Amino acid sequence: MSNYYESEDLKKFADIGQHAKKLADDFFRYYGNVTGTDGALSKREKALIALAVSHAQQCPYCIDAYTTQCLETGSNPEQMMEAVHVAAVMQAGITLVHSVQMQNHLKKMVL
Amino acid sequence: MTPVVQLKLVPPAPKYDFADRLRANGIELPPLSIDTLQVNVTKLCNQVCRHCHVDASPQRSEMLSPEGVAKCLEILERYPQISKLDITGGAPELHPQFDDFVEKAVALGKHVMVRHNLTVQLDGNPQTGGSKEYLPGFFARNCVEVISSLPYYQEYFTDAQRGSGVFRKSIEAMQRLNRVGYGVDGSGLLLNLVYNPVGPYLPAAQAGLESDYKRELKDRFGLVFNSLYTITNMPINRFKLHLEKSGQLEGYMEKLVAAFNPGAAAGVMCRSLLSVGHDGRIYDCDFNQMLEMDAVDAKRKKLSIFDFDFSKALTRPIRFGEHCFGCTAGAGSSCGGATA
Repeated sequence: MSNYYESEDLKKFADIGQHAKKLADDFFRYYGNVTGTDGALSKREKALIALAVSHAQQCPYCIDAYTTQCLETGSNPEQMMEAVHVAAVMQAGITLVHSVQMQNHLKKMVL
Repeated sequence: MTPVVQLKLVPPAPKYDFADRLRANGIELPPLSIDTLQVNVTKLCNQVCRHCHVDASPQRSEMLSPEGVAKCLEILERYPQISKLDITGGAPELHPQFDDFVEKAVALGKHVMVRHNLTVQLDGNPQTGGSKEYLPGFFARNCVEVISSLPYYQEYFTDAQRGSGVFRKSIEAMQRLNRVGYGVDGSGLLLNLVYNPVGPYLPAAQAGLESDYKRELKDRFGLVFNSLYTITNMPINRFKLHLEKSGQLEGYMEKLVAAFNPGAAAGVMCRSLLSVGHDGRIYDCDFNQMLEMDAVDAKRKKLSIFDFDFSKALTRPIRFGEHCFGCTAGAGSSCGGATA
């Protein structure tokens, strides 16, 4: 039985170039330039952001890849876990702040 | 009559061929010099680290013989080109002639480095119970360069790799070294730390990690040290077994191979040192030693300290294996840290 999200499939990421090579090349160049270099943000900071986004977007490939990348750029488990909490509270906050919309509409609906 | 079929056994081609990768990149790596004699005096250790390529433990008993120690000193005396003695183990301080070896090498004018695991200061000899609390003072009197593993500046990673309670003891041992001047500016007493990953991943950049270590160890424990060396875990022995058991060996090898760095290859340590085993056999490095890949001269004769010939050692062909990808991955790895 086949499964979605096989960890081995991460190695096939480059295969997205099939049928659209130029677009994939453009993407990977952009990806490498953003995540693979120290810029205004260090590679370590970028890896922690990517780890948080990986959780928010619930991508198992990215979680594996950026857990390793965080370790290889010198982060420790406390820093990595805090990054995940940032993602978590952002998602919670985004949900909760929408309640303002609910309140607004509620006021219209209640005499 | 039953026909006899002769089967010619052809060894399978290595899956990860380091020599082939060198050829493909037009890289030749002959020895450049022999400036360091690295001597593994014992496999006895007070610790049992999960990544240890020596498979050292309190149960090991291999020791360099008194004749072997004398021969190493004779080689150091005869060849001024070999300016450094790097004593390793196990915990090298557990060798019964360790102190004598250090003092005589220092008397010969050699720069002596000791791969000191820190905790042996507090644990002592696991077989005899002999105390090793004198070591900081002994190291300082002999101006030994102390090189100590500390996998991280926090307890979690350190104890995961080196055993429960090791971080706390390592901090106390470093405080004792600091008290006699180690790592203190202007003292001339060098305390260098070694970082290696606690699993199958590559080390972070050495300079950034060094500044993290300095800040955190100073802020949390008031500790100082000189330099941090980042070292990659070699896929051999105990660490390889862990990778095999956890199904991560192939992934780790692929990571090392993919990160092959020609710039790091040029600086591999086997080009400037010889590694000596507890039985006097000579190897191109400590990792080859643990794999029993003897160094050989140009005529394929194994090298030994007991019939040592400097020129034959200097013109030897260095022997490579798939583990060598560990020394050339990313920023490179050596006993002195990154090489590129």
